Amino acid sequence: MDTTAKKYPAPEGNPETKEYWEAAKNGKLLFKRCTACNEPHYFPRSICPFCFSDQTVWEESSGEAEIYTFSLMRKSASGPYAIGYVTLKEGPSLLTNFVDCDMATLKIGQKVKVVFKPTDGAPLAFFTPV
Amino acid sequence: MSIKGKAYLAGIYEHPTRHAPDKSTAQLHAECARGALADAGLTKHDIDGYICAGDAPGGVMAMADYMGLKVRHLDSTETGGCSYIIALGHAAEAINAGKASIVLVTLAGKPRTGAMPPRAVGPEVDFEAAYQATTHNIYGMCALRHMHDYGTTSEQLAWVKVAASHHAQYNPHAMLKDVVTVEDVINSPMISDPLHRLDCCVVSDGGGAIIVTSEEIARSLKQPLVRMIGHGEALKGPRGGKDLDLTYSAGVWSGPTAFAEAGVKPSDMKYASIYDSFTITVIMQLEDIGFCEKGQGGKFVADGNLISGVGKLPWNTDGGGLCNNHPVNRGGMTKILEAVRQLRGEAHPKVQVPNCDLAVVHGTGGLLGVRHAASTAILERV
Repeated sequence: MDTTAKKYPAPEGNPETKEYWEAAKNGKLLFKRCTACNEPHYFPRSICPFCFSDQTVWEESSGEAEIYTFSLMRKSASGPYAIGYVTLKEGPSLLTNFVDCDMATLKIGQKVKVVFKPTDGAPLAFFTPV
Repeated sequence: MSIKGKAYLAGIYEHPTRHAPDKSTAQLHAECARGALADAGLTKHDIDGYICAGDAPGGVMAMADYMGLKVRHLDSTETGGCSYIIALGHAAEAINAGKASIVLVTLAGKPRTGAMPPRAVGPEVDFEAAYQATTHNIYGMCALRHMHDYGTTSEQLAWVKVAASHHAQYNPHAMLKDVVTVEDVINSPMISDPLHRLDCCVVSDGGGAIIVTSEEIARSLKQPLVRMIGHGEALKGPRGGKDLDLTYSAGVWSGPTAFAEAGVKPSDMKYASIYDSFTITVIMQLEDIGFCEKGQGGKFVADGNLISGVGKLPWNTDGGGLCNNHPVNRGGMTKILEAVRQLRGEAHPKVQVPNCDLAVVHGTGGLLGVRHAASTAILERV
């Protein structure tokens, strides 16, 4: 199914996440890593959700990931869509939708990669099978 | 310090309506409050504590003012459908500390008549909202991963609905009174894989209320004595995306906390009210609070094991959210109400558990596969 025409809401952004959205405009997926405990996390926070250190830094993800789980919503106002969690090669898992694919063939464990879709603001990260 | 045995459920009320286009939401709250007061044999002026959650229009201040309550203890902890089970614990804490003596808790709303108020958004909004998480697809994601990891089947999920329907046939207020089969469930339309239409609870207007009080006051009132002997509450979320595991819930913490405080085991329970937002929710919760090993929930519910008079664990004998009602898409309150009916011996005779003296009430709220809370209460007939 063609999902390219779908309209996505623009992220509002805030001072804490500004860098993430700037990178997204350049097609880069960022996550945060804590330099105190070395744990990566997503979505990005200025203070580490694991050790509560404020020594967190931005890191660029390879965009490579694996499907943890998903569900195909058969009906919605904007048509069927597939929501899921992916686990990035770098560790953190995140919520997303799967696009530019035959949604009926999605599988847990399948390799996917990030693809950005435009909004009226910064683009949003989606995933598609490789 | 423990709340074991410190709080008694002296009054309960379930609104009979399932569709209320002719009433306001605040009115439904007040009607539920009146019903619970009448059940307890108390008046509005006796209330000195009030708890409501996100369904209360305008929140605790607006609703207390609307009903003309003068109270010295307020709480509006909002954790979706399990808010009312959490409220039970908070009411007990207040009573135990002498901060309140008669606490009213209300729930009401009209999702069947009109749109629900928008869900509050948190700091994750920019990173999640565009992906259109709904209850159906979030619980669908939990179910799919549970099937993947443990071999749980659609037929096992269906048994939860079958049990609910067996109970609902005796409830004159139930929205869905027809007994269904496993085949009916798995042949119903797919909503969000792998959940079929009959894996989902109903959408209903309505509400309910409870009156929680001290032992001394409860003994002076007219109802059979039902008290809480254990309580737990917990939260779980993706926590920065580390070690994501959607096959278990915060029930793994709230359940053992409640059972430990009560000094009883899941196998001691004569009856269980477990929030059934979807069939998968029940399977996961039975595992998480200790009725079976993780991954064995599907086998546990199969072959009618949750049907009163048939299986080992009589569950949601009013028909639950899957068949009876689901006021404001929040199932915690109605779970408390049916457990109290069972402990009083006031459930429908066809589903009443003989000599029901120990029951568990458990529910989750929020979105199970994203951010949710869980709460567990152990109730005892004195």
